[in-house]
Amino acid sequence: MLTRRACACDDYGRSHAVAGNGLPAIETGMPAPAGTGLTRRSFVAKGLGLALTVYGLDRVSIVDLDGIASAATNDRVLVSIFLDGGADSLSMLFPAADGLYYQYRPTLALPQSAGLPFSEDGRLRWHPSLGSLAQLHGEGKVSVIPAIGYTTPDKSHFTSRHYWEVGATNAGLATGWLGRYLDRVGTRDNPLQGLSLDSRLQPAIATGKVPVASIDGPDRYTFGARRGETPLESRVLDAVGQMGAAHASSRDGAIRQVAAAASQSHRLRRELQGLGASVGQVPASYPQSNDEFPRRLAGLAAMLGTGLPIRCAALKAPGMYDTHADQAGELTTALKLTADSLLAFQRDLEARGLADRVLVHVWSEFGRRVRENGSDGTDHGAGGLGLLIGARTRGRMIGEFPGLGSGLDEQGNLRATSDFRGVYSAILEQWFDTDAAAIIPNAASFSRPSLLK
Amino acid sequence: MAATPVYRGPFGAAQAERLLWRAGFGPRKGEAAALARKGLRGAVRSLTRPGAEHLVGPEPTDAQGRPLAPFDAAGHDHMWWLDRMVRTSRPLVERMALVWHDWFATQRVGGIPQKGMLDQNELFRRNALGSFAQLLEDVTKDPAMLRWLNGDKNTVRSPNENYAREMMELFTLGVNRGYTEQDIREQARALTGWRGIRRRAEGIYDFVYEPRLHDPGTKTVFGKTGAFAWQDACRLCLQHPNHPSFFVAKLWSYFVPTAPPRATQRALEALYRDGYQVRPLVEAILQHPALYTGPRLVKPPAVYAAGLLRATGGGVSGANWANLGATAGQRLFRPPNVAGWDDKRWLDTSTFRGRWLLAGAALQSTGSSATPRNAKALVDRAAAGLGIRSLTKPTRTVATRLAADALRSNGPDVAERAVRQLLALSPEVQTC
Repeated sequence: MLTRRACACDDYGRSHAVAGNGLPAIETGMPAPAGTGLTRRSFVAKGLGLALTVYGLDRVSIVDLDGIASAATNDRVLVSIFLDGGADSLSMLFPAADGLYYQYRPTLALPQSAGLPFSEDGRLRWHPSLGSLAQLHGEGKVSVIPAIGYTTPDKSHFTSRHYWEVGATNAGLATGWLGRYLDRVGTRDNPLQGLSLDSRLQPAIATGKVPVASIDGPDRYTFGARRGETPLESRVLDAVGQMGAAHASSRDGAIRQVAAAASQSHRLRRELQGLGASVGQVPASYPQSNDEFPRRLAGLAAMLGTGLPIRCAALKAPGMYDTHADQAGELTTALKLTADSLLAFQRDLEARGLADRVLVHVWSEFGRRVRENGSDGTDHGAGGLGLLIGARTRGRMIGEFPGLGSGLDEQGNLRATSDFRGVYSAILEQWFDTDAAAIIPNAASFSRPSLLK
Repeated sequence: MAATPVYRGPFGAAQAERLLWRAGFGPRKGEAAALARKGLRGAVRSLTRPGAEHLVGPEPTDAQGRPLAPFDAAGHDHMWWLDRMVRTSRPLVERMALVWHDWFATQRVGGIPQKGMLDQNELFRRNALGSFAQLLEDVTKDPAMLRWLNGDKNTVRSPNENYAREMMELFTLGVNRGYTEQDIREQARALTGWRGIRRRAEGIYDFVYEPRLHDPGTKTVFGKTGAFAWQDACRLCLQHPNHPSFFVAKLWSYFVPTAPPRATQRALEALYRDGYQVRPLVEAILQHPALYTGPRLVKPPAVYAAGLLRATGGGVSGANWANLGATAGQRLFRPPNVAGWDDKRWLDTSTFRGRWLLAGAALQSTGSSATPRNAKALVDRAAAGLGIRSLTKPTRTVATRLAADALRSNGPDVAERAVRQLLALSPEVQTC
């Protein structure tokens, strides 16, 4: 079996000496390899990626690799999923038992018996399209944050989204909150540690020091005109990487940007070589859709399954949530595809034995105005809905639903009962075992919910 | 009124080339030297006050050799505009249309036909270097924009804040620069009155102003009170004390990557306040020393693509340029959101791959004969073919190594193609 042979190879020597082989996962006092700044764990993960690159995966089934992947790569992973546009929390989890809801939303309110009841708060029901989330919640794998935001909420998409991305109400911060986490624990030679599954970099993982990557999907990161590269293409691409390295210390900022993109693309391409064939084998049924979202989640699960050294991944959910008009139709399809894909992703991780390593965080830049606007839509609001999904999540509500009476601010928006910076701090401390104060400005001033089982 | 500083250094082909990139899509063969002969002022004026447009080179076709159908066929809208960028004799007009497309970023939604976006594109071209007051009015009643930001849903009985907010935040003032949530609500009332009419048979939207849908009441916006309507809404934004500073800084940022010196910023604001004219500002920016002596700028993907085709004499035929544009991070007519593209972050591992594929398509048709068999000469020739004036040492070193290697294994013609592909990804070509 190829995996056993992989274990015998020299490159694999140090990763061999980890959990599952009689040694502790992290040996205290063991120095990191000199001059690399690699931590023990990231070296192990890197070693595995290297082994995969060397041997390729074309004829190896994923199941064969599961064992060593889960034994060797025990880095926890956060998947950040963005509902773009300000998702209407009062549709996702709607206050069916509140008469005010039907006054504020004469045309948009969901029928009182629609969807499934939310077991933790008798006032609320799940949107009919969110049955998959209700199911995961029933299994104790979803923590709902029914009203999350911050004080003096900004109603601009871009400002509020920026605040969420940088983890502070600071318009000037240029690194994402997950990017700063990666700057703290990541390495200079591993762009996969922060992975944006998008055609563009998701700003939440924008780093200041270490490289991160953006790919449409792992099976799409090929430079060849046809599947795979010709030997000549490979040689030119290697030269592109060398050109990037050669310009890395240019005095000109724009030239350095080109150099960094060239070097990182080159490294990413090397790391992903050979992965393509394995992505097709998926142990869960994802929704069929023209949208990339389910395919990206499937690709992410496959990458995690092969032990690629990913710590944070960020992507956008399908749909456009800025529902100023025609809200009902837009939400019905977008929410269903999002929730069904997340359920499939969870099942996929469970089948691969990765469920304990992955936490999914779903967020939006704000909720929407409680009173509908008369265009069958809603304008920008304040408090919104957040979700934490995963086998390790505590599965209990974080903060309460404030209600539509005293729960509204003077502009008619839902008051937040949780601060996003408190949730970020809790993720950093409880999930990543990292000092939140080093990453979130004024972290001490936000109370931390308890996130994990 | 204090004048802005004017660049006094030598204006040779190198400076003319930078000007052609910043104010257009780069030079065709020989164009930089010809422009340099006009001197700085003459060169800038030839761009800001061009004659009638003529398109150079053959009409583009799709993969089957048919003429483009930009109103109908998927992706042909992108190809149509890219072709115009490549073949136009008025590059700055197209470049300004691209600026306005990014500034008033609109996505095609809710029944607007592809032609609706091309009509909006024509609006940007018509107002390319004219009055921003006129441009703002035209955009405010543009069907694609009305639909995109729900202007047609904004009525006396149910105001919709979408356009009111973005016109302040993104189009005229800048985020949180002197307006309140209350101003947005009142402005939305001023903007009421538009109605979209769908004609199913033709699949088009017409937009009409209907007084009965307009809120005739008194509104207070920015501390001013009146029975404002949509033209007033535009005027109030233009007359807001924070508008000129926003406008100048944003316009400047499309041409120069570093912020303007404070005195320049102020002088440009004063110039702008005098009639909201765009052309004098662009003329001042294009003659400013910062453009010629400052740092380089990463070319936007559309500029990069059009520029490669102009430099090599290629054209927009055959390849799927819309997909290539999307992969490189700029699908024309499909900005990522109402704030437009992030002009400071064009490059990451995804979009870099897109540029690689884009370069491959652009260089496809560039054949060659009698290729040198010597690595150094081959690199020089490949660089000249891409219009690169001078190669930096790091690029030359890597390219020469690749050339020698490929000459040995693949022969001169293939080696030259390989080196061209490499050079197209170089910082020399990706920045200007």
